[in-house]
Amino acid sequence: MPTIALRFSPLAEHVRTARLVAVSVARRAGFEEGQLDEIRIAIGEACARAVGRTTVDGLVDMHLCDDGARLEVVVVERGADGAVLPVTGVGEDPLALALLQGMADDVSVAGSTVPADGPREGVRMAWSLQEAAPVTTPGFGSAPQQRQRT
Amino acid sequence: MDLSVTSREESGRTIVEVSGEIDVYTAPTLRERLNELVGAGHHHLVVDMEGVEFLDSTGLGVLVGGLKRVRSHDGSLHLVCQREKILKVFRITGLTKVFPIHDTVADAIAASASVDGAGAAS
Repeated sequence: MPTIALRFSPLAEHVRTARLVAVSVARRAGFEEGQLDEIRIAIGEACARAVGRTTVDGLVDMHLCDDGARLEVVVVERGADGAVLPVTGVGEDPLALALLQGMADDVSVAGSTVPADGPREGVRMAWSLQEAAPVTTPGFGSAPQQRQRT
Repeated sequence: MDLSVTSREESGRTIVEVSGEIDVYTAPTLRERLNELVGAGHHHLVVDMEGVEFLDSTGLGVLVGGLKRVRSHDGSLHLVCQREKILKVFRITGLTKVFPIHDTVADAIAASASVDGAGAAS
């Protein structure tokens, strides 16, 4: 079940909103600042790409799923009838593709593994939560590993 | 954060100070400003990005477009940036090999002058 789903009209100004939502969810999930920067950029690229390819009467969906260890984000394009559009042209912009691949731990396109209840199409990105190093407190043994929080 | 673009002349170079977020929404504003400057005869640009909080591929495309335009007039485009998160965007896309990137505006002006000829008319 996606933690958060955001649907917006394909307007460039809404891409910033999508970035803010994704980073907010990631921060709450425990991702540290460096990873938040990566998430911010990759989500921006995926959503900007979707906005550029969706017709004005279409919609862009962003699904975020946090299972406690991993954040998965899927961005899909919908046509005027609400039907999910096939992802095309991901490799057409080498700068955008380089940033998508460079910033996400995993990137895949359409038809691959997605959140169980999420869409089956779209650009999927995933980040694994980096565990903080165990903290040893003298006299109290090792503290349990905790998520990094900023 | 909205995009802010201001420019000034310094040592024969045009310093373009950019701050805020350069993304798919704001990049056209930067493109327009760079085009205006080049069109007005400013062919040696130093783009100061120290105030830039976010940069995406659209913004990179605008900078590449600006570089092509000034080069078509035998000009130059140098960048000033020390922010690691912005530098990372240039590194991942391989554009550190395309743009000369400096720590300070003074460094950029010095490098620009040494390559293009000190005080070259723009």
